[in-house]
Amino acid sequence: MAVLNYIQAITQALKEEMERDGKVFVLGEDVGPRGGVFRATDGLYEQFGEARVLDTPLAESAIAGVGIGAAMYGMRPVAEMQFADFIMPAVNQIISEAAKIRYRSNNDWSCPITIRAPYGGGVHGGLYHSQSIEAIFANQPGLKVVMPSSPYDVKGLLKSSIRDEDPVLFLEHKRAYRLLKEEVPEEDYTIPIGKASVKREGNDVTVITYGLCVHFAKQAAEKLEQEGISTEILDLRTVYPLDQEAIIQAASKTGKVLLITEDNKEGSIIGEVAAIISEHCLFDLDAPIKRLAAPDVPAMPFASPLEKAFMMNADKIEGAIRELAEF
Amino acid sequence: MDKVILSNEEQLEMYEEMLLARRIDERMWLLNRSGNIPFVVSCQGQEVMQVAASAALDKNADYILPYYRDLGVVLHFGMTVKEVFLQAYAKAEDPNSGGRQMPGHFGQKKNRIVTGSSPVTTQVPHAAGIALAAKMEGKSLVSFVTMGEGSTNQGDFHEGLNFAGVHKLPAIFMVENNKYAISVPLHKQVACENIADRAIGYGIHGVKVDGNDAHAVYQAVKEARERALNGDGPTLIEAVSYRLTPHSSDDDDMTYRTKEEVDQQKSIDGLLQYRDKLISDGILTQEKEKEMEEKIKQVINEATEYAEKAPSADPGTLGDYVYGKEGQ
Repeated sequence: MAVLNYIQAITQALKEEMERDGKVFVLGEDVGPRGGVFRATDGLYEQFGEARVLDTPLAESAIAGVGIGAAMYGMRPVAEMQFADFIMPAVNQIISEAAKIRYRSNNDWSCPITIRAPYGGGVHGGLYHSQSIEAIFANQPGLKVVMPSSPYDVKGLLKSSIRDEDPVLFLEHKRAYRLLKEEVPEEDYTIPIGKASVKREGNDVTVITYGLCVHFAKQAAEKLEQEGISTEILDLRTVYPLDQEAIIQAASKTGKVLLITEDNKEGSIIGEVAAIISEHCLFDLDAPIKRLAAPDVPAMPFASPLEKAFMMNADKIEGAIRELAEF
Repeated sequence: MDKVILSNEEQLEMYEEMLLARRIDERMWLLNRSGNIPFVVSCQGQEVMQVAASAALDKNADYILPYYRDLGVVLHFGMTVKEVFLQAYAKAEDPNSGGRQMPGHFGQKKNRIVTGSSPVTTQVPHAAGIALAAKMEGKSLVSFVTMGEGSTNQGDFHEGLNFAGVHKLPAIFMVENNKYAISVPLHKQVACENIADRAIGYGIHGVKVDGNDAHAVYQAVKEARERALNGDGPTLIEAVSYRLTPHSSDDDDMTYRTKEEVDQQKSIDGLLQYRDKLISDGILTQEKEKEMEEKIKQVINEATEYAEKAPSADPGTLGDYVYGKEGQ
């Protein structure tokens, strides 16, 4: 089994899906001969040609909207937003169109598009190349929002997204692209959308998070293990719609819950997770639900000390888990 | 392309379809004003361009992305009068949305009428996407998308036309210029003289036609279709007419335009012009016209009655079809 980093897993999933199904094609800015600014589509143009690896004009609403049209026709487009921060011009297309096409046509039409977008900070990207945008899309029934935390999950979840009958927003943490490496099977496999995954079993504190924060949580948990603090880590994997059952189970198991996101705290995904736990697990809790998130400032600044202060890391998580364990 | 000569029969068919759209719309207003249906958004004044354009397309192959006034377009592409009334009454059997959307939000997959929404112009990039897919699949078809002239100010108009231009897609963009975006007149919407001139900026063919002239519209769409299928790219057509009704049943157009203006426009109504032409050409007789009117009235009566009695969607279906097959 080959060791792949996070972005290599994306490329492999795209390549295999394009080989499997002639209706799968990619479109976006610089995805052609350039292979994507992060190299996610590296080699695809050479293998599949210009017709299926389409360099588009610099216009995000068209990237989404043209993809939506093609999806309604019966294709399986994979549209790339160069940075998640630049998805805003396409919000109308994603929310008013893609998410509602099946419902508004009473199941007559559907829109099986996958929209990939690199999100997240810690790469000196400043305000507009670092944002977490998932909360904007996380109350849109009809849409699914997938945020994988590792190369293995990337491959399985991206394949599931492309094969899904409905629109999927597939958010990739850009710091994870080359930071995270693991063994990824060469064969075809899928991971179900809408299912969370227990990444670590533990008994003292439950951490529920997603994306790159899973990696930081694992680092913190390993360190705390030596102190005798045992941490359960639930990776949401799909942040909309949420896997309520897995959340309830994980929260009830330890009775002490730490919710983590790299996004601003107020109105984030973990607020909804906290609500689910409050509704279902109140009498199983041994401590108030704790949230660890970025401060409520507009976005992550460029200068290193400011970026570090904003960004999630293992140390912040370690401190929060310890506090909860001692409660 | 040489000037297309339409047979007498083709002309009569077109006229009958225009008349049908007009009579349906008039009935909708009656039903609305008598409290039977909550909302109407009208095609009146635009039937000629809608039917003539549709007639120049291949209704068995092409995809259409109509906007909310395009009753004439969807009728031509196979939506039945009964189905039109089912959507006006928002009944469960409505093929457009099962009563989920407001009237005028057309969509019917079996006739390749692509589902639309209310935020205007979002359908323009979709038309480019469908044309792209058809091109990728090597299919001999075009996507035909319409919009009001106000829509040409939206970003999606620019993004969609530019995309289609760059990739030389088989798409036809027809702007139904009815001079008003609700209350805002044309001169406050655009500073350019012609909407069709915007085509220059996208490197595509642009043409302006009199939307009340059925044959001019037919010719323009026929040529655009030929261009599209020859690989010569998309066309922007501006068809000019006038909105004879208020924007919708909830609008009062006397707050922004005069009765004199509307009356003057009614006197040059494209539908009447076409009728007079057909009569003077000896194609339409008063007898034939009477026959048409009676037939249309009967079809509308039957459809109205059917739709009125048809069941509404069960509230238990509210949560249906948010997603497709589960467990993907």
